[in-house]
Amino acid sequence: MIATAASAGLALLLVALAVWTVVARDALVAISGFIAYGLLIALVWVRLSGIDVALTEAAIGGGLTGALLIGAAARLRSTEAAAHAERCGATTRIVALLLSAAVTLALVLCVFALPHPAPSLASAVQDNIASTGVGNPITAVLLAFRAMDTLLEAIVLVIALLGVWSLGPDRAWGGRPGIRYTADPNGILAYFARVLAPIGVVIAIYIFWAGADHPGGKFQSATLLAAMWLLVQMAGLADAPPIGRRSLRVGLVVGPLAFIAVGFIGSFASGAFLSYPDGWAKPLIIVIEAALLPSLTLVLGLLLAGAPARESSK
Amino acid sequence: MNVATLYGLCAAVLIGIGLYGLIVLPHPLRKILSFNVVGSGVFMLFGALAKRGADASMSADPVPQALLITGIVVAFSATALAVALVVRVIEVSGSATLSSEAPAKGKPETSGPS
Repeated sequence: MIATAASAGLALLLVALAVWTVVARDALVAISGFIAYGLLIALVWVRLSGIDVALTEAAIGGGLTGALLIGAAARLRSTEAAAHAERCGATTRIVALLLSAAVTLALVLCVFALPHPAPSLASAVQDNIASTGVGNPITAVLLAFRAMDTLLEAIVLVIALLGVWSLGPDRAWGGRPGIRYTADPNGILAYFARVLAPIGVVIAIYIFWAGADHPGGKFQSATLLAAMWLLVQMAGLADAPPIGRRSLRVGLVVGPLAFIAVGFIGSFASGAFLSYPDGWAKPLIIVIEAALLPSLTLVLGLLLAGAPARESSK
Repeated sequence: MNVATLYGLCAAVLIGIGLYGLIVLPHPLRKILSFNVVGSGVFMLFGALAKRGADASMSADPVPQALLITGIVVAFSATALAVALVVRVIEVSGSATLSSEAPAKGKPETSGPS
């Protein structure tokens, strides 16, 4: 009973925060509401028995997306007043309200019309998980049963980063992204970055390693590492690397390339792309995860840093 | 009402709120924010379906949950690309408008989805 009341309260709070992010006049106020919303969604994932999803949502949905949007809102502050002037008229608002209400109503009807019993692949995963050698069913799905999805995702991330980079001005190509952060070297931010970053790296490696048998894995770990990297940059202790640096580019593609190489090993050894030879599933999964970790960390950190903005020092 | 149905209904409301913001708010950054609200609602609906797939051995269907992790990461990369596009449009045109009726600084404005 208490659990149901807590779930209902959480749902109401989420709806209120969603309304807040839409109606707030100031973009930064709306984004602060959105960050709280992202963290509360992580709690919903716990209620829905998705601890792995909760970790990802808290790190990416609330954390990285929030940081990205705050950075953008701060840069675009001057354009907000003009946007307020072109607010749409009452007719558009009413039509939009009716359309949104119709979509919600249709989805509500769909929720009540869902089939019983629900279709599920849980028993199929349970029957086959022993062959992968990992204990966490999510990791087994991500890297064995649906490894193709994860491979394509790793490639999509690199392509998105290329898209972001290509939006920089021509003279900055090969240069460093974003601005050079400066902070008081004896200030609280620099102190915080020095103390928190090593702890964060250790926790990230633990989450990475524990992901084989417990909630966690490379995505959550890479997000945490990227956050620590950004914290060190924002405290002025390190600068973002120039995007033309060769070692950086190798690091970006090593994960997807290792993943594809393992896929071809499967083609020769057991007759299908991304299939693992008997007894080799666990070692190959560890190879893929270890190669993806640095690539994902670099991609997530550089996506947040944005397009190259400073000329190459060469 | 079980927890899956409750959050399924909550997700339907969130999608509606986000869709309204996406249509009505004029600033492209606010449209991106609203689109993320829609996205989180879609993810939550999918998560409710995963919860319904629970059986004796597992508390939820792990296949949709794994796809959700992939989806959240890809949604972040799409948001980062959209934000970079908006920043670039404003750097070049000096204005955040998506309206085709008010070209800024005499340059032709290309309106597009954010």
